[in-house]
Amino acid sequence: MEDRQNIPAGTGNACATCPMHDAGALKRLGVDMKNFDYVVALAGNPNTGKSTVFNALTGLRQHTGNWPGKTVTRMEGGFEYNGLRYKLVDLPGTYSLLATSEDELVARDFILFGQPDVTLVVVDATRLERNLNLALQVSQITERAVLCLNLMDEARRKGLEIDDRRLARDLGMPVVPMTARQEKGIPELLQVIDDVAAARVSSIPYRVSYNSRKLRTSLSTLASLIAREMPGLPNAEWVALRLLDGDERIIEALRRGELGEIRA
Amino acid sequence: MSSMESNSAAEIIAAAQKLRWDMGGDLHDQLSESLYAEATRISDRVVSRPGGSAARGFDRTLDQILTSRIWGFPLMLLLLTVVFWLTISGANAPSALLSDLLVDTVRPLLREGAAAIGMWPWLSGLLIDGMYLATAWVVSVMLPPMAIFFPLFTLLEDFGYLPRVAFNLDALFHRAGAHGKQALTMTMGFGCNAAGVVATRIIDSPRERLIAILTNNFALCNGRWPTQILLATIFIGALVPAELAGLVSALAVVGIALMGVLLTFIVSWSLSKTVLRGEASAYSLELPPYRPPRIWRTITTSVIDRTIIVLWRAVKFALPAGAAIWLSANVQIGDMSIAEHLIHGLDPVGMFIGLNGVILVAYILAIPANEIVIPTILMLTVLVGGAAGLGDGAGVMFELQSNADVLSLLHAGGWTALTAINLMLFSLLHNPCSTTLYTIYKETGSMKWTVVSALLPIAMGVATTFVVTQLWHLFGLG
Repeated sequence: MEDRQNIPAGTGNACATCPMHDAGALKRLGVDMKNFDYVVALAGNPNTGKSTVFNALTGLRQHTGNWPGKTVTRMEGGFEYNGLRYKLVDLPGTYSLLATSEDELVARDFILFGQPDVTLVVVDATRLERNLNLALQVSQITERAVLCLNLMDEARRKGLEIDDRRLARDLGMPVVPMTARQEKGIPELLQVIDDVAAARVSSIPYRVSYNSRKLRTSLSTLASLIAREMPGLPNAEWVALRLLDGDERIIEALRRGELGEIRA
Repeated sequence: MSSMESNSAAEIIAAAQKLRWDMGGDLHDQLSESLYAEATRISDRVVSRPGGSAARGFDRTLDQILTSRIWGFPLMLLLLTVVFWLTISGANAPSALLSDLLVDTVRPLLREGAAAIGMWPWLSGLLIDGMYLATAWVVSVMLPPMAIFFPLFTLLEDFGYLPRVAFNLDALFHRAGAHGKQALTMTMGFGCNAAGVVATRIIDSPRERLIAILTNNFALCNGRWPTQILLATIFIGALVPAELAGLVSALAVVGIALMGVLLTFIVSWSLSKTVLRGEASAYSLELPPYRPPRIWRTITTSVIDRTIIVLWRAVKFALPAGAAIWLSANVQIGDMSIAEHLIHGLDPVGMFIGLNGVILVAYILAIPANEIVIPTILMLTVLVGGAAGLGDGAGVMFELQSNADVLSLLHAGGWTALTAINLMLFSLLHNPCSTTLYTIYKETGSMKWTVVSALLPIAMGVATTFVVTQLWHLFGLG
């Protein structure tokens, strides 16, 4: 946490001794960051091999079930790479972050308020279309997202070919093809985690194009108002969307000033 | 600073509210649709399918069979029966081996050791005949069936079969006015009720979630599988010729498990028609692809994750329970021991519901862990039945050379097939273990619903065993 030499040069004008994540908010969310340099969140649809990725990274042997909804609570583990210590937080598997059920709320709040240094989105390569929904939503919230294109072996078996470089370009985030249960792609993933945590690489918030002109104008009006009032906020457009959607929890967070604490 | 911040927050909220009014109501759907449209656009660009797709065809064929209207349920029953049959017929030999080692070999050595260092007899009685023997019993009775059952169950889970079970049950849950995802949380309850209760978080509506929590106890859990398996092996298996015993015992266990599922539906339906009234909400259930399970890995993790954890829990409770049993059998009040007083006092109540005082005392002594109910019952039966030649003195859990010994012992204690059937029913229908109750309290945040979830199954258990007993006598079966 206090490895000063690891703070990338580009952020030197900010508080040079502060880690990138929000240690205070993480503590409120119940994550103890003592002895860790970075926190990595693990998101993904149910049954995409999230727990397998968790085990591959941490070396733990958490049971991985082949059925959706196995992990409804948060699981934590740690690993070390290039001399840096990472805390890995496994979030509940969800299809979306629009927060209608408790598991979605747990996942969303962690990514939003916990501000993990890296958020991994594990997707099933054989069901990319449905899984991208969540990846897009994560991309709207954080600039520190990485896509784990898991189950590549099953995709190949089903005769699917995936252009992962194009996917990375279109999605605006690093993409790592992998087969976590055979530990394939894990070294590459570790390297990308290292790059994103140190802010050598970042993702670009995805801009969804909306059909309704009314929605587009309301969104840009509100987003620019938010950006003006809270210049530090990295995801003004997403907050604007949630407010337009009448998300009680986000309205409450805004009222209590919790959103104001989020920094880019 | 903070006042300025709240000013700007209020300004933003007001602006958002105004824009929201202007836009009309279907924004939520618009947002989801736009996201799905983007996802489709991206995946269309990056995914191609140059060859055919053989695996997909295989998955689909398998799904058509496993979730078919005709074959879905029979196959489910068949798979369950096979799992229990393997467990029951495979566990006998290793159980006897463990018992030989822990009880017949180690215990005499411990006693000699205690005598050699001149330990007080009451202390060596408490430590060796009470605590050690209770633990040895729990290990030799529970370890073999668990070490066979859990890996088999985990293999089915890893293969992807459990979501198909949920799919088969989904329509029934919906008809019961409950959430289809309750099929998943119930399936999880077959492993552990506390885990099943936590898993209900995947259900959005508080009404349906509460139904799922209150009924999770009807799914037989880890702690109760071994009890059921043991009872079925000893009693139901003994009613038929030896070559059929394994199969018939397995079917009896499946029958009790199915009864639990049936009660889940009935109670869910009753709740949703009375105190928890409402419509069932729609949802989509995803069937994951079948995956070849990694057999060796599954065996090691399920032995570590489940078997050892459940066994350790049982051992932790067996140690103090062993002491309590030994003390209750050896401390005299008047002319009888404490245990005898309790048993005679509870006998009339027990007989009324086709059980007996011994069973009720065993449930009181074993409240924290259902796993040790059977060893306690056997020990107490020796105590009051005075079965000569089998027991080893007051309050001593004895070694079991064979299931036939247990049977003759229990017959001597006044047991009939009715007692066994009622005990199996009572083991399905009684309060959840203390861990599960605590979890229910944490998840619901309500003392009222926690109490309901404890009392409802007990009331049902007493009512069911009472009715079975009356019917049994009515038809003159015993």
